[in-house]
Amino acid sequence: MSVGLYHFITLSAILFSMGIFAVLTRKNAIQVLMGIELILNSANINFVAFARYGNFGYNGQIVALFVIILAAAEAAIALAIVLNIYKHFNTVNVDEIDRLKE
Amino acid sequence: MNENLLIQLSAINLFLPLIGFIILIFFGKRISRSHLVEISTIFLGLLASIVVVHQKLSYYEIKDLVYEFQWIDFGKVPFLGKLGINLGIQVDNVSAIMMLTVYIVSFVVHLFSIKYMEGDPRYSRYFAYLGLFTFSMLGIVLTHNFLMMYIFWELVGLSSYLLIGFWFEKQSAADAAKKAFIVNRIGDIGFFLGILILFAHYHTFTFSEIFSQISQGNLPFNSGSVLTLVGILIFCGAIGKSAQFPLHVWLPDAMEGPTPVSALIHAATMVAAGVYLVARIFVMLTSDALLFIASIGAITAFISATIAITQTDIKRILAYSTVSQLGYMIMSLGVGAYFFAFLHLITHAFFKAGLFLGSGSVIHAMHHEQDIRFMGGLRKKLPITYYTFIIFTLAISGIPLTSGFLSKDGILGGTLAFAQLTGYWFFPVIGFFVAMLTAFYMFRLVILTFHGEPRDYQKFEHAHESPTTMLIPLISLALLSIFIFFSPNPLNIETGWFYKWIQTPHTIVPKEMAFPFMIQSEISSAHKIIHSKVYTEIVHHAHSTAMIISLIMAGLGILLALIIYQWRIISADKLALKLSLLYKFSLNKWYFDELYSKTFVAFTIGLSKVLAWFDLKIIDGIVNGVAGVTRWFSASSGLFDNKVIDGAVNLTASFTGFFGLIFRKLQTGKVQTYLVMVLTGIIILFFIIKSI
Repeated sequence: MSVGLYHFITLSAILFSMGIFAVLTRKNAIQVLMGIELILNSANINFVAFARYGNFGYNGQIVALFVIILAAAEAAIALAIVLNIYKHFNTVNVDEIDRLKE
Repeated sequence: MNENLLIQLSAINLFLPLIGFIILIFFGKRISRSHLVEISTIFLGLLASIVVVHQKLSYYEIKDLVYEFQWIDFGKVPFLGKLGINLGIQVDNVSAIMMLTVYIVSFVVHLFSIKYMEGDPRYSRYFAYLGLFTFSMLGIVLTHNFLMMYIFWELVGLSSYLLIGFWFEKQSAADAAKKAFIVNRIGDIGFFLGILILFAHYHTFTFSEIFSQISQGNLPFNSGSVLTLVGILIFCGAIGKSAQFPLHVWLPDAMEGPTPVSALIHAATMVAAGVYLVARIFVMLTSDALLFIASIGAITAFISATIAITQTDIKRILAYSTVSQLGYMIMSLGVGAYFFAFLHLITHAFFKAGLFLGSGSVIHAMHHEQDIRFMGGLRKKLPITYYTFIIFTLAISGIPLTSGFLSKDGILGGTLAFAQLTGYWFFPVIGFFVAMLTAFYMFRLVILTFHGEPRDYQKFEHAHESPTTMLIPLISLALLSIFIFFSPNPLNIETGWFYKWIQTPHTIVPKEMAFPFMIQSEISSAHKIIHSKVYTEIVHHAHSTAMIISLIMAGLGILLALIIYQWRIISADKLALKLSLLYKFSLNKWYFDELYSKTFVAFTIGLSKVLAWFDLKIIDGIVNGVAGVTRWFSASSGLFDNKVIDGAVNLTASFTGFFGLIFRKLQTGKVQTYLVMVLTGIIILFFIIKSI
């Protein structure tokens, strides 16, 4: 049994589900961010897989590259926000951060 | 002075007292010497009216000066044509002289009141009312139409009500004011009906227009009897105002007002209005109406003179004498002695004002004691009051050299001539008898008050002559009661200026309805002088006869008074015992008050009670029934509102609240919860889109 598109998509779905699970259930903001990274990467796998097995040329790979760059930027900014939140609330527990203003 | 100026001055004269009234009624309490406001306006008016009278009599001897303007224009009224109401003033000799008289009397009364009313809590309002009174009377005098006459007529009624009830804390004063007002209303109904009949037929209120229509033979509703009826109806107003029988009962009660007010009411402002009214409509009175008027006058004169004999209140005696003298004037108008009636109106105004102010001076000196049984001997304490009082008494008794003699004699002569011409001997007999009674009761009053020994020493000791401002009015009125102001000849008025300027107008009613001697004779049609030569001769002759008889009667009256009260040859008490029935009859004023209260008043009260019952049971029942139904309806409507409408509203509210409670829980503020919802939404959307 050779590895095909369905395997990739299944992997991507598993990764996405784990990401969502992490985002929804983790209390720590860093872990939530890590969940988001998983979601982004599952999307990347989808892009690359469809590019490989579909007739889309290299567009999928290029979008995947963009997503990686975007994820890096996102991680940087999000971590900066988390740092600020920690400074402000003295915690990174998302359950306790439920106020929009002081 | 030209005509317009004269008219304008008269109009200003009319409104001057009103200005004083308005100032005092609004700002009276803040003006410290408030009487000065009213007195100065009256004084200005007095000066101006002297000018008016002088100019009028010198330059417009015969002409009537009239100013009129259209007050209301009804335009074209269906069935009637053009309709409008004109108002205006008319200055003729009669009204000019009357205006001056009103001003003179009003001025002396104002002057007298300064000290008399001193210290009264409503001092300024008193003067305000006096001004209103004067204004109203001037309106009656100067008007040239029935409508204004009626309006001012009612204003006089109002101001007399205010002044008679001036000390309204006293129950008797409040009652007297009401009595005066209500009794006057009864007469005014007749007056008003008369005016309305005239207006319904002629569509105008103006005297001159109505008179000219009548003289052209256009009678109201083409009936001579309606003309008679109108005359009598309008005379009803005079019956009320001039206190004629049977409506004379209010005037003696009006003594409850302050004494200067009595002087004003009795002399120039109120009771004179009735006589003046009859004089104004004199030309349109038919022979039947004139006879009716003369009879009422004679009956009044007789009844009130007999009452005056036994009264003991100084003001009441004077009040009944006023009623009696007014009866004279009315009788005189009835018998056609127009000139003498008017003359008596003027002369009576002066000496009756004097008598009242004199009695005011006595009452003031005696610390508000009014009963002559407690007076006596005041001659020494009040010399000036006494001597002026004597002059007034002589004048009212008709003694030569006084003004009263001229007018009273003329009236008696007039009745005598009338009797000779028509055969009604009733009038002169009553006239002469009343002349004797007048002399008797007036001298009884003087003797009991001023002569003899004081009967109440305590009050006598404290009595003192009144201050100057009260004596000046007395002295000036005493001067005006002397013949010289009316005629240079003390025995004959016909040589005087008064006779020249006040001329008896000829009657304008159809010939068959008038006394023959009143119809205009052809010879003197250019002037207003009317009487045929025969009549003039009869009057002249009657005048001399009347003079002799009236002098004898007056002398008899005075002698009787002296015998009974001065020399006490006949004891008054024994006389009263002997004639106890007559005495009681007179003392109780012929039981008029009792009669009226048993009949008219009782009837009115009974009727009111029936109506009150009707009101309470029937009307109130209906109202209460309606109220009950309404309340029941409201209650059920309220129930519906509370339960159903409010229930629905509350249900909606609680429903919304319930769901709010549920959905509130969704808003946790936690990002992860929202994400779950977003995810759920997306999954649902996915299935929806897939199913499509």
